Amino acid sequence: MLAISIEALVKIALLMGGLMTGAAYFVLLERWIAAWVQDRKGPNRVGIPLTKIKLFGLGQPLADGLKFIFKEEATPGHVDKILFTLAPISILSAALAIFAVIPFGSVLPASFSEMIPGLDHQVELLVAPGIDIGMIYIFALSSIAVYGVILGGWASNNKYSLLGGLRSSAQLIAYELPMGLAIVGVVLTAGSLRLEDVIGLQASTGTWNAFAQPIGFLVFVVAAFAEAARLPFDLPEAEQELIGGYHTEYAGMRLIVYLIAEFLHMITASFLIVILFLGGWHFWGITGSENANITWFEAIARIVVLNIKIFGVIVFFMMIRWSWPRVRFDQLMSLAWKVMLPLGIVNLVAVATIVEYQKSLEGKLGGPWGVTAAMWGVSLLAWIAAGVLAPLHSDNSAQKDSFVLSAEARNRGVRPGVTTSI
Amino acid sequence: MQATDPNVKWIEEPKLGLAGKMYIPAVIGGLATTTKHLFSKKMTVSFPEERPEIGNPLIYRGVHRLNKDDQGRVKCVACFLCATACPAHCIDIIAAPSPWPDRDKYCESFAIDELRCIFCGMCEEACPVDAIELTSLFDLTGRSREEMIFDKEKLLSVYDMTKDAEPMKSKSLGGAP
Repeated sequence: MLAISIEALVKIALLMGGLMTGAAYFVLLERWIAAWVQDRKGPNRVGIPLTKIKLFGLGQPLADGLKFIFKEEATPGHVDKILFTLAPISILSAALAIFAVIPFGSVLPASFSEMIPGLDHQVELLVAPGIDIGMIYIFALSSIAVYGVILGGWASNNKYSLLGGLRSSAQLIAYELPMGLAIVGVVLTAGSLRLEDVIGLQASTGTWNAFAQPIGFLVFVVAAFAEAARLPFDLPEAEQELIGGYHTEYAGMRLIVYLIAEFLHMITASFLIVILFLGGWHFWGITGSENANITWFEAIARIVVLNIKIFGVIVFFMMIRWSWPRVRFDQLMSLAWKVMLPLGIVNLVAVATIVEYQKSLEGKLGGPWGVTAAMWGVSLLAWIAAGVLAPLHSDNSAQKDSFVLSAEARNRGVRPGVTTSI
Repeated sequence: MQATDPNVKWIEEPKLGLAGKMYIPAVIGGLATTTKHLFSKKMTVSFPEERPEIGNPLIYRGVHRLNKDDQGRVKCVACFLCATACPAHCIDIIAAPSPWPDRDKYCESFAIDELRCIFCGMCEEACPVDAIELTSLFDLTGRSREEMIFDKEKLLSVYDMTKDAEPMKSKSLGGAP
């Protein structure tokens, strides 16, 4: 019992330390990529304090953190003080608690357990192994993030904050549906809500879910961008429109808690994209698929592969930020309800059909490859239909007729928007 | 201008083709652009270590200098045209009878308040003998206001500092050939 508790505590310490350091250094990476894309050099000055060693600016996160710690923790006089403090705490604790069920590797070899007295099982690189409701737990906790955002916006007692909070709650709720539909497709094929089982299935078949369910993958990636409030869906903060959105009134430690939570959301989204759709720790030929007789090489290769994939997805997140402008709020909602939701349903129906009638479909379509080809055909058709029928590219240009009409109305002395009654 | 004015030209937004409606080609195009910039040459100049390249030092308007003629005397004839032209009134000249036979007056003292100067270059244009010129030195610093009032010796020393890199501009008045 003691050994198990210590094992869990060590894993929690590793994960928390890794996540906090990771979040800090992803801020630096974000600034670097922003600079490089704009043909600048980015932060490259801060190195070891009191020396002239610069280390490419790797000391920058430390300096940023110190700056936040030593800043005045200003609480404006007009805020709801309890909720104002509670909001960042709730968003950060929810963002961290999600990682209880997210594997950050696979398993360690049995020889490791033999070295440590009291350990009678293989160590799984997962804080809470064997939780049967893993994905539901993730969904429940990521919904709590909405509370953090809307409570912060409400408690700030500021119009910009409230608008940011409102936008955020509408956006997060809207995108949870397509995200859920995309996940259900994965759950159906895996037959389990555990993330380690999802990876295990992809590793044993060698087919990543992104290949087997392309439309589900696209829907999930778009929804993950929206859930993490990353560009092009960063409307909750939208500093050009809303100053800072829900964290306009925050400063000091409470602000950095919000910022860390945002980065953790992005890291969570990357973990989920990689685990659910990009094979998790699996890579053909080097990671093996057996858990019981895993070698040290395979165990370490799995951790490395998983982290490389996650790093790649995060870089993709950051590159998309500079490639696409922000969408308008009505476009965001149209995308969620009129495009992503139908696409998610198409994916779900297709996956359900394949899972239910796998044997007869394989017989009719010529083996598993025929089924995959049919899935791609359905996905392509659905995507083209969604693209052609999409409500997103509406004509926003100035229309001559409406201008002429309003000009005539002005000449008659009628102000637009004012109905004259006799 | 009224919307009904015949001079107003109404243009249509370009229609999206099938590839544009499919989004993925547009995303890949955008990512290709950002990726290209990710690895392209950076514009940043790491200032204290690197110096920016000034396109044409001869027309740059930086710190002033007082030119010397071929005998090492100050070229200024104390005509006060620069002080008159100066919109910021930062030039302070005290004239004295010239000790040399080729001119009536010379400047006994010549001070420019570099903090007040707006670096417009009017003094340079006004000068009939090309005595005052603007160099390409731009990183002008000092610890006090007094230090930033450049006197005649300082301005002549700026000439000694920059004469090789930036020769005098006007050939007819003794500039570089």
